[in-house]
Formats: sequence, structure tokens, C-alpha cells
Amino acid sequence: MINAESHKIVEAVKRQLEDVMDPELPFLTIGEMGMLRDVYYEEDHTVIVLTPTYSGCPATDIISEDSLKAARVVDPKAEVAISMSPAWTTDWISEETRTKMEANGIAPPIGSSNDRAFLTGEGKMVPCPLCKSKSTKMVSAFGSTACKASFTCLDCSEPFEHFKCI
Amino acid sequence: MTDSQLKEVLLRLGDDTLILAQRLGEWCGHAPILEEDIALTNISLDLLGRTQNYLKLAGELYKPTKSDDNLAFHRDPEEFTNLLLLEQPNGHFGDTICRQFLFDNFSLLLTVHLASQEVNTDIAAIAAKAIKEIRYHVDHSSKWMLRLGGGTSESHEKIQGSLDKLWQFTDEMFEIDEVTSAAVESGLFPDLTTLKSRWLDNVMSILTEARLSILSNTEMKYGGRNGNHTHHLAEILEVMQVLPRTYPGTTW
Repeated sequence: MINAESHKIVEAVKRQLEDVMDPELPFLTIGEMGMLRDVYYEEDHTVIVLTPTYSGCPATDIISEDSLKAARVVDPKAEVAISMSPAWTTDWISEETRTKMEANGIAPPIGSSNDRAFLTGEGKMVPCPLCKSKSTKMVSAFGSTACKASFTCLDCSEPFEHFKCI
Repeated sequence: MTDSQLKEVLLRLGDDTLILAQRLGEWCGHAPILEEDIALTNISLDLLGRTQNYLKLAGELYKPTKSDDNLAFHRDPEEFTNLLLLEQPNGHFGDTICRQFLFDNFSLLLTVHLASQEVNTDIAAIAAKAIKEIRYHVDHSSKWMLRLGGGTSESHEKIQGSLDKLWQFTDEMFEIDEVTSAAVESGLFPDLTTLKSRWLDNVMSILTEARLSILSNTEMKYGGRNGNHTHHLAEILEVMQVLPRTYPGTTW
């Protein structure tokens, strides 16, 4: 059923989803993170297509629940479909969102995920999101969540996290 | 390739990552430094994500269908198909790193093929997602092999000991049997002899740089794929399965 009414419902669901945040980066919406891939109408209900950032990301379940809760305000029959392909990539995070990350103390992914040198954070300069110093060091490729690496600033000595390019 | 062979392939993929994830999870709160505690459990989580994806697909091929949780929690040791390598105890940090290094390199090569094959698009999607994660794992375990091998005489001796202990479990990754033959023939799996030689090249280049050597004439151990496990698997499952088996149907 693709008609004016279903179109209206989809648009309303999309507006609802604008308030669904990434629980691990609570200042960013799932749309800004590129996790919300599609919203469409099928037969008698809205389908929300989400993609996980990492295979084992524990936030995926919470994001599904939050999305359903928000969407069902306008469409009680709304469903979530998890899509694995194409695989999520940091390339889907816009410049504007990257700036927002930095403003919140997280060094955003730098460049494109296709560049292998960007994989681990080594060999690339990750500026400190706090004092903007370019003298920083990776402490570990793994951080507090699957998507982040741990860094430390050699100037202001503050530890910070870098959103990994994948 | 028959449905039952495909189910077996999916179980093997899922069991490998499940058992290794559980082993790595044992390090939570016990690793030598905080960064490693975080790294090992992060890797565990990546592996667990892949497990869910693969076991969900495997479960759909059962009649009646089974959930990923059901497959993880309600099978006995002889029904598990993971590699013997992955159920070996964590031992000291070097033992854990060496086990990870040997598996990560295999896992990356296999996953790159799985992502590019067109026989099964569900598996290709899971694999495409996993590749970038596994690259991080390979990077992590390779660097530790170099650091421990090229470190102090004590670290060198210990990591060489880990390699000597674990090498006997490596050939099982490339074991040719009815299931892997069918998978290779269909194009789902790459040729295992080629895979093995590429794996050996990659692994040896790091080992050589780390001044580590492999034992020649090692008698290789097999059996995990047919459910013939070392006694360590039962110990893992006892811990992993106790809650859902004691309180069937329980939820968080």
C-alpha cells in the first residue's frame, strides 16, 4: 500500500525517530550515526531498517527497543528489521556530526575507512578534542565501547577517546 | 551443498567464535593491565556478535527451528563443533595471545573469502561486517607476539612455550572432511590447501620477526569438528550454561 496515507505515517515515524539517541553517544541521534538506514511502509505497517555499528554492539537491542517505542506512538504496528548489508561504516557519519562528536570530547573518525592507514589510529594524527593539541598518543586500539580507541594528549595530559574508522 | 552440510558449516563458524569469546570473557577483571582487560573483552564482544549471527542462521536450518541461545546453552560438549585450539585454557597472558594470533590470522583469511563469495549472501553480509573487526584483532595479537617474542628473555621463553603447546592444534583449521569438501566445492569456502599456505606465510612472517620458531614434526590433533573435545570444553560449558539450564526460560 503506497498512498498518501501511508506516506504520511512514514513521515510521522521518521519525525519520531529524530529523537532516538545512540545510548553510547547520547548527544547523537541514530540518524546522525548512520544506523537508521530506511523507513518504509509494507502492507499494513511501517518497517524501520537499522544496521549495527559492530557485530556484537550491545546497544543494538536498546536502539531497536527505543526506535519501536518512538515509532509505535504513531504506528502501533511498526516493526524493526536489522540489516547487515551493506555493512555500517564511519563514512556515513557526516562532517556536521563529526564536529558534534568533537564538541562532546570524542575525537571523531578521520578520513575515509577505505584508507588502511586509518585502521588502527597509528600513523595518523588525532588531535586532542579538548585542547586541540596535535601531540597525542594512542594508548590502546580498544576503548570503553567497541567503536572507540583510547588516546592520551601529550600536552594537556587528558585521556580521550577516538571514534575508530571502520 | 546440502542443507545439513550448510548447517554444519554455520555451527562450526558460530561455535568457534562462541567458545573463544567465552574464554576471552574469563579475562574480564583479571588482565595484567587495564587496557588489555578492555581489549580482550572488546574482542570477545566482537566474536560474540558474529556467533549470534551465525548461530541464528544455523538455527533456521533445524526442524523445528532453534534460536541462537538454544544452540549455545542447550547442547552438550559432544554436539559442539569448535576447534580444539579455541577451548584450550587461557593459561598466562602469552598463551591467550598466541591462541588468538593463530586463530585471528586464519579467521581473517577465511572471512575475506566468505565476504566475497556469492553462494550464500547471508553469510557474505555477516563476513563483510566482521572483516574490519578482525583486522583490529590481527593487529592486536600480532603486535603482542612481536613484543613478547622480542622482549625480555623471560617473555621470549614464555611465548615460545605457548607456541610449542598450541601448534599441535593448528592443522585442524584446514582439516578436509565431508563438510569442508562440500563447502569448497560449492565455492562457499576457499581451497583449504591454499588457505593453509597463505596462513602459514602470514603467521611465519610475524613469528620470524619475533624470533620465534615452530616445532617440526608436531603430531597434529583433530576431533573438535566431530565433537571429540579435550576435557576443557566441558569446563567452559559448565560455567557458560549453568544459568539457562538451572532456570530454563529465564530472561533478564
